[in-house]
Amino acid sequence: MGKTQVIVGLGSCGIAAGAGKTYEKIKALKEAENLTFELKKTSCVGMCYREPLVEIIDETGTYLYGEIDEIRAVEIIDKHIGQQSPVKEYVVSSDLFSTPENEFLDDQVKIVLRNCGRIDPERIEEYEARQGYDALRKIATENISSTDVIQKILDSGIRGRGGGGFPTGMKWKFAANNVADEKYIICNADEGDPGAFMDRSVLEGDPHAVLEAMVIAGYAIGATHGYIYVRAEYPIAVKRLRIAIDQARKYGLLGKNIFGSGFDFNIDIRLGAGAFVCGEETALLTSIEGNRGEPKNKPPFPANKGLFAQPTIINNVETLANIPQIILKGPEWFSSMGTETSKGTKVFALGGKINNTGLVEIPMGTTLRKILFEIGGGIPNGKKFKAAQTGGPSGGCIPAQHLDTPIDYESLKAIGSMMGSGGLIVMDEDNCMVDVARFFLEFTVDESCGKCTPCRIGTRRLLEMLNKITEGKGTLEDLDKMEELCHYIQKNALCALGQTAPNPVLSTLKYFRDEYVAHVVDKRCPAGVCKKLVHYEIDPEKCKGCTMCARKCPAGAISGNVKEPHVIDQNKCIKCGTCMETCKFGAISKK
Amino acid sequence: MDKVTVKINGIEVKVPANATILEAAHEAGVRIPTLCYLKDINAIAACRMCLVQASGVRGQAAACVTQVADGMVVETNTPELREARKKTLELLLSNHRMDCLSCTRNGDCELQALAREYGVDQYKYKGSEDLKPQYEHSAPHLIRDNSKCILCRRCVAVCQHNQHAAVIGTNERGFDTHVGCAFDLPLGETSCINCGQCIAVCPTGALTERDDTGPVWDAIADPKKHVIVAPAPSVRAQLGECFGMPIGTNVEGKMVAALRRLGFDKVFDVDFAADVTIMEEGTELLERIKNGGKLPLLTSCSPGWIKFCEYYYPEMIGNLSSCKSPQQMLGALAKTYYAEKEGLDPKDIFVVSIMPCTAKKFECARDDESAAGVPDVDVSLTTRELASMIKRAGIVFTELKDEKFDPIMGVASGAGHIFGATGGVMEAALRTVSEIVNGKPLENVEFKAVRGVEAIKEAEYDLNGTKVRVAATSGLENACKLLDMIRSGEKDYHFVEIMACPGGCVNGGGQPHQPGYVRNFVDLSAERAKALYSEDSKMKLRKSHENPFVKKLYETYLEKPGSHKAHEILHTTYVKRKVY
Amino acid sequence: MRIARIQNQKNDSTDNIPDLELLMPVINKYKGRKGNLIPLLQGAQHIYGYIPREAFEKISEETGLQLSDMYGVATFYSQFRLKPVGKNIIKVCHGTACHVQNANSITDAIQDALNIKDTETTDDGLFTLESVACLGCCSLAPVMMIGDNTYGKLTGKEAVRIIKDIRIKESQPAEVTIEK
Repeated sequence: MGKTQVIVGLGSCGIAAGAGKTYEKIKALKEAENLTFELKKTSCVGMCYREPLVEIIDETGTYLYGEIDEIRAVEIIDKHIGQQSPVKEYVVSSDLFSTPENEFLDDQVKIVLRNCGRIDPERIEEYEARQGYDALRKIATENISSTDVIQKILDSGIRGRGGGGFPTGMKWKFAANNVADEKYIICNADEGDPGAFMDRSVLEGDPHAVLEAMVIAGYAIGATHGYIYVRAEYPIAVKRLRIAIDQARKYGLLGKNIFGSGFDFNIDIRLGAGAFVCGEETALLTSIEGNRGEPKNKPPFPANKGLFAQPTIINNVETLANIPQIILKGPEWFSSMGTETSKGTKVFALGGKINNTGLVEIPMGTTLRKILFEIGGGIPNGKKFKAAQTGGPSGGCIPAQHLDTPIDYESLKAIGSMMGSGGLIVMDEDNCMVDVARFFLEFTVDESCGKCTPCRIGTRRLLEMLNKITEGKGTLEDLDKMEELCHYIQKNALCALGQTAPNPVLSTLKYFRDEYVAHVVDKRCPAGVCKKLVHYEIDPEKCKGCTMCARKCPAGAISGNVKEPHVIDQNKCIKCGTCMETCKFGAISKK
Repeated sequence: MDKVTVKINGIEVKVPANATILEAAHEAGVRIPTLCYLKDINAIAACRMCLVQASGVRGQAAACVTQVADGMVVETNTPELREARKKTLELLLSNHRMDCLSCTRNGDCELQALAREYGVDQYKYKGSEDLKPQYEHSAPHLIRDNSKCILCRRCVAVCQHNQHAAVIGTNERGFDTHVGCAFDLPLGETSCINCGQCIAVCPTGALTERDDTGPVWDAIADPKKHVIVAPAPSVRAQLGECFGMPIGTNVEGKMVAALRRLGFDKVFDVDFAADVTIMEEGTELLERIKNGGKLPLLTSCSPGWIKFCEYYYPEMIGNLSSCKSPQQMLGALAKTYYAEKEGLDPKDIFVVSIMPCTAKKFECARDDESAAGVPDVDVSLTTRELASMIKRAGIVFTELKDEKFDPIMGVASGAGHIFGATGGVMEAALRTVSEIVNGKPLENVEFKAVRGVEAIKEAEYDLNGTKVRVAATSGLENACKLLDMIRSGEKDYHFVEIMACPGGCVNGGGQPHQPGYVRNFVDLSAERAKALYSEDSKMKLRKSHENPFVKKLYETYLEKPGSHKAHEILHTTYVKRKVY
Repeated sequence: MRIARIQNQKNDSTDNIPDLELLMPVINKYKGRKGNLIPLLQGAQHIYGYIPREAFEKISEETGLQLSDMYGVATFYSQFRLKPVGKNIIKVCHGTACHVQNANSITDAIQDALNIKDTETTDDGLFTLESVACLGCCSLAPVMMIGDNTYGKLTGKEAVRIIKDIRIKESQPAEVTIEK
């Protein structure tokens, strides 16, 4: 072990929460007082709701401190380092004692995220120290054939983690079977699902895992070139990838004759340019080729005719991050986790109305209830759970009645949702499901490439119908018309973006039809979200006539005499809610 | 190519293994509707009209791009598919300014036809956007109105790939996608070559030619004007289509009769001027070969090609023949030779050409195209515009009796007629040049090697000991290939014919519209060219230099081909143009 | 539509002709390579902060790429800006988690404080406001990014304070450090 280590989590969320300042503070302290610990950087460990995170590892054990701003940083350095007295109240996780956070950590199985938060991602030596590049070395030294490598991946049962769920081994096999003078491996790091940041965390925290996996994939199918297509909105991930690629090249893990095997492989980074549709594989390929990211009809499939018309494999970041471990530990190890059809683990990004926001990696088959109420810590502020959205704008809402569904590709589809890439957004009683559907559709309409009629025009008309409904102008016939249009778009759109665009609408219609009916028949938004359907009322019994609300009202909509109940003129009211915030007597409510 | 067996709606057909479902269905007599697909031009499966059920394909298959497999079973006519097509049309119509009554494509529009076939409710998905006209008419030959565009992208495909001009593209994304130029510049400010292929392939009224019939009606009604009309070789092979006649019907006689009835004072034939062009250009070729002039000599009758050369291959401007195009030569001669003969003031002569071409609208306004101090040609109309004039005048085209052109500039040889086909100019020139060089009559006037629809046609002929290498191509994508080979020294020719439009003028930008389901299965260029070659084969007069009226022109007026007077009247100059 | 893209420039501003020599290293790096268009456009934007028309023309001249293609690609992707932008670009995230945590109020507050609408630039050229789809920091919703700095768990007031701090910093004269 040696020296005491102080490790600061510097993933994007950490930095956004102020970890950069925390790091500088600790660094300054160390220099000023000549302290003898090792100051290191790491990435996101997944416990985003407790950022900034600082881990202290000394000869007694490991102590992960949470919510450490500059002030607390001084405190823990002073007490833990200076006085050898750990500050237990700030500890969120330790190997010595349990904390409330154990509920978040204990049921997780970290394969994809195994190195995140444990290593400095900008130092290849730390990756190597934790079995890094061992899988590649094994293939080279044990002379494992490319066919055998593919067989291992097939036997493991791993399926695409980007949302498609296609058996990875089969994809590799198709590409390997093609004879071509040039083949490509592409890592799809264009994580565009709003609410998903699993891939970002892997790229920021453990970039070498992705590189190693790509080399293995290249060897398996006979490709010598790879691209990582990463969103430009992830500057830290891009920086870490560039550093990792440089280091890998220097160490001979990329380039010519890797491990003396005679196999060459090179990786280039391509930045996305702000188009969610480029997460779709044919759009991604055409984007690399320098075109508008418009998807193409399949067949031909990329494994047969992909980038520059050559056989190409496109794999998601999370899928790839599993590969080295599968090679090292064997396919049986991997397939021992999960369900019959969905093997291994899945990383979810928990967000929305949930206490423990962050990244969790759990075995397939874990129930939604466990993820949300045990690991996720339940709904904050005592509110009632309403629905959980998986699959982002391509997915569906899962209501309370399906909370015991095990997470698995097929079972999620069966209830009208999908696995998606891992975004898991929680909604409570204060969310309006019609507004949620409208929000997702607005995203899809903006990101639609515009090539095919059903998506370009169909989703836009769907959005207009939803807007009408949230403004109180919809009718019951509109609901039927909407549903009909949804089914049409699902069946006729050219690519998965269009085909899945109606999912949020269909699933909310299925499970929350009553909310839609309230909007069109009663012209009321039960959750009180849709501005045009909400109105504020003063309860004359409670109103003391203090006139505060009338004075604060920006529209001059409240009238009344002093010490007499006041009244809101609904025609002037702009629904800003200031009056309700102002009233000290709880006399104003939103209906 | 192996054949496979496919079942379409229960009907078994045998098709080549690489056929698409659309092609197999055609074999079975089943028409699957399409809007964006155009063979060899646009195959992007974007409109979703052609979706069908096919065994072995998950979900639905886009018939236009999906290849058949042996034993495939296809259903094209289920209730669900019909309902889906109806919705696709309704969605397209919801974003389409419905101007059918006054639109030039009323009755001739692919969207309108399908809407009728599927019994759509055009207002079902009416949206929130305000569909006002979005006219863009900065270019001399066309008007674009994006409020009618259904984003089939055929125009973009033909401009970018087949014509290599790439001045239009798709801009923005999603619902805001629209066809436009770089920086959304007006078309007139780009390096558009006016070939009009985009208009020819547009399924709706989003792209139309500029309507120039107004000035023509006015001129005809003006007693002071002597109005001359002259149709191009291709027009007689196309015009019948506008009146329901089969593709490739030669309607020369009816066309002349209709033109007379419209009230033109004289009906001449541009084919006559084509013969003159051969005299001038043939002489030019022989001169360059003899005196070591710039070779290869490149033909100059296609104004779209000329403009393309001026933009993109300026270093080859010196290779271009200095001859005006037949249209311009006819106008020039009308206002000089004919005017003098009849004692008319060129200012009172109004020359109208009827062309299968839209670039001709640009050509009449070019510099150095005014032999008599006034423009050689006043107005150029497309075949389509002529058809509209005939209909508006109440002339029942199909019942007209054949008439003949006015002879002084109305008699042409077969060589003049075949100008409209790709390879036609080359063949016409070879007939004259080889006879002059060899000094004896040709045994066989047909130079079949330069005929046909291949991309680039090459041939070598022995002319009295000199091996003369020639090539002919059409479509600017092919022209670029050929020119690059010439520029790099890989190929070496004496004489090259280049036509901007793929398949030659018979497939020009001004042609009658044919819907996708015809274009995808009929080779329009080949069928229309047949009419021209057939007329030529039946004639006795098949060589330009034997045309008695051409001989008379030279004997009494121009002296000889390439004379000073001929150069003043019948030759022109070119300019280098900056791309954008 | 919440997510707006910067509008295309209709009028060239004649006062700032960009120095096209700056573009040559990028052009030389990618010249002749397959699929080079997007890296070329990204490189140009990195240099000028947006892609001037002259840059398009220069790239077209040097690489043979068609202008209509280039423009079609540039207007397809949200990242590319065709109008000059302010010195600091404020990106307010409107992804799902942020939306659920009232990202609209952040944008509204900034619009009020800076007196500009979404996609516009302040008169002093310091700030441009953009709504973006998802920055991937969902657990810290609502989030905004200014330059390379991310700020989470915002309120409208907090966002405006951060921006005002930047404005103050920008208006101070640059500190001169004297090397010892």
